[in-house]
Amino acid sequence: MTLTEKLLARAAGKSLAAPGDNIWVDVDVLLTHDVCGPPAIGIFKKQFGENAKVWDKDKLVIIPDHYIFTKDTYANRNIDILREFAKEQDLPHYYDVGTDRYKGVCHVALPEEGFTRPGEILFGTDSHTCTAGAFGQFATGIGNTDAAFIMGTGKLWVKVPETMKFIFEGEIPSYIMAKDLILQIIGDIGVDGATYRAMEFAGDGVMRMDMEGRMTLTNMVIEAGGKNGVIEPDDVTFNYVRQRTDKELHPLFNSPDAKYHSVRVYKSQDLEPMVAKPHSPDNKATVTEVKGTKLTRAYIGSCTGGKLSDFVAAAKIIDGHQVHVETYVVPATTQIANELYTEKVNGRTLIDIFAGAGCKIGRASCAACLGGPSDTFGRLQSDEICISTTNRNFPGRMGSKAAQVYLASPYTVAASAITGVITDPRDYLPVETTV
Amino acid sequence: MKIQGKAFVLGDDIDTDQIIPAQHLVYSLENPEEKKFYGRYALSGVPDVQSGLPAGNIPFTREDEFESDFTVIIAGTNFGCGSSREHAPFALQVAGARAVVAETYARIFYRNAVDGGFVVPYETDVKLNDKIKTGDDVVIDRDTGYLFNVTTGDEFQLKGLGDVAEIIDAGGIFEYARLKKMV
Repeated sequence: MTLTEKLLARAAGKSLAAPGDNIWVDVDVLLTHDVCGPPAIGIFKKQFGENAKVWDKDKLVIIPDHYIFTKDTYANRNIDILREFAKEQDLPHYYDVGTDRYKGVCHVALPEEGFTRPGEILFGTDSHTCTAGAFGQFATGIGNTDAAFIMGTGKLWVKVPETMKFIFEGEIPSYIMAKDLILQIIGDIGVDGATYRAMEFAGDGVMRMDMEGRMTLTNMVIEAGGKNGVIEPDDVTFNYVRQRTDKELHPLFNSPDAKYHSVRVYKSQDLEPMVAKPHSPDNKATVTEVKGTKLTRAYIGSCTGGKLSDFVAAAKIIDGHQVHVETYVVPATTQIANELYTEKVNGRTLIDIFAGAGCKIGRASCAACLGGPSDTFGRLQSDEICISTTNRNFPGRMGSKAAQVYLASPYTVAASAITGVITDPRDYLPVETTV
Repeated sequence: MKIQGKAFVLGDDIDTDQIIPAQHLVYSLENPEEKKFYGRYALSGVPDVQSGLPAGNIPFTREDEFESDFTVIIAGTNFGCGSSREHAPFALQVAGARAVVAETYARIFYRNAVDGGFVVPYETDVKLNDKIKTGDDVVIDRDTGYLFNVTTGDEFQLKGLGDVAEIIDAGGIFEYARLKKMV
């Protein structure tokens, strides 16, 4: 069996699970946030009763992150609903807005807080819940009704997916980031190329990545229609997780006889900096093909492109330059926001580099990645042409449907921010690393 | 049982931000005064020229209305891709849609449509969004799985609903689970 099949089989109490099987699994963690939490809570109460208790309060994690810093009264009311529910249910894992516990983007906060544990089953009311597969967890997005069902029962039915394997052989060139790999893959297989399937990433190119790079890969499997993304856990995984939780781990791995839907092998050395052109994540081009394209904005943030390593990468390029288009920097979590003040590149803190270059720095949240209320920081309000480290560029995703969004790596976004046109990061990285 | 009404035709890869743009995800899904806004803004994220094919520039819900004139959505591949927001199939239902007929669906949308009992997601073997026009009168016979285009006289066999027919017939996952004595 593949890793995904083994994870689901064990959670269903079975020795075998084959692609296509519909099985009921026990849930280890249910994640929700301020957009989908309130309706899920509404359904839970309607179906299980006003006084019903969640199945296991230690397994429900509520991380408000979407519409936080807004004057929208409905959005603020939704945070109140979460707060009330957490109080009523005495939930230990609620991270309230306006307190020291506030985290920011759930998919990055979840690992920080030790909830992404190899071998476990995670469901979340957000399509990018698949990010946690980087830790060897089965993790996928669900709707409000399914979440309410889990709140009451601790179980959910799933169809066991076939697994597509993507192997990157050899060391990744220094100017290439995980975002380039996943944009290449999505461009190759299309936005529905992995529908109903698991996407597994392997090979020494992947296994040399840190957890944040791996998370960028698994984060965007949903952009190819994938059910879950997964990477076999290794020492990098265990070191990360053990620093954040004392919980006993029960990791699983692929069997030698694992059968795959398909296996694609990439030579890491051949990879190019990539973009996804408007208006689809599979509308791929190499940076070389689109360089010089005029921009009006750059955006560095989100669960896929707002991690500390993303800002370190961007700072390496931006240091010593001014940005020539409006450039928004939005750390995914409070922890990362704090690290901008301590982490240094070339002897300068990241915050000094970004602020000195003229970037606008936002507070930890999903912010303009999904547009949001009209007063959202960085939201595209009209016909902007934006290059972004986020994960989706369908029409209107970052606000106005008149806007155009190019997706790219933090290196490429940073290089483009300082020139105002799409720019190859190799032009701004040290010569010896460009091979 | 029959689903009858006007068709609204769309292209491929209609993602959930086009079905219900994220800025509108703030309204209650229970309070009737708030929830009607999901009907108002259903499919408002679709670029104008692609809204209501083949002519385009046809809004799914007219300005200042809360219900759509259209009952059956006809689309291409990968309908409902993108975010997991259950508000998407919900918005279509609130607007008055009862079925979607697409070549393929993104996984989470399909599951949400079924488990929440919002709209019936039919799949087709053939591309229908170039054979049916926005505004055509169509009838879906739930029992036989045929779609009849009253306007043109064409008839198409839709794919069977398979395993999920029982959940759809029950009205959603909770109703199904109760029937099966699971909850």
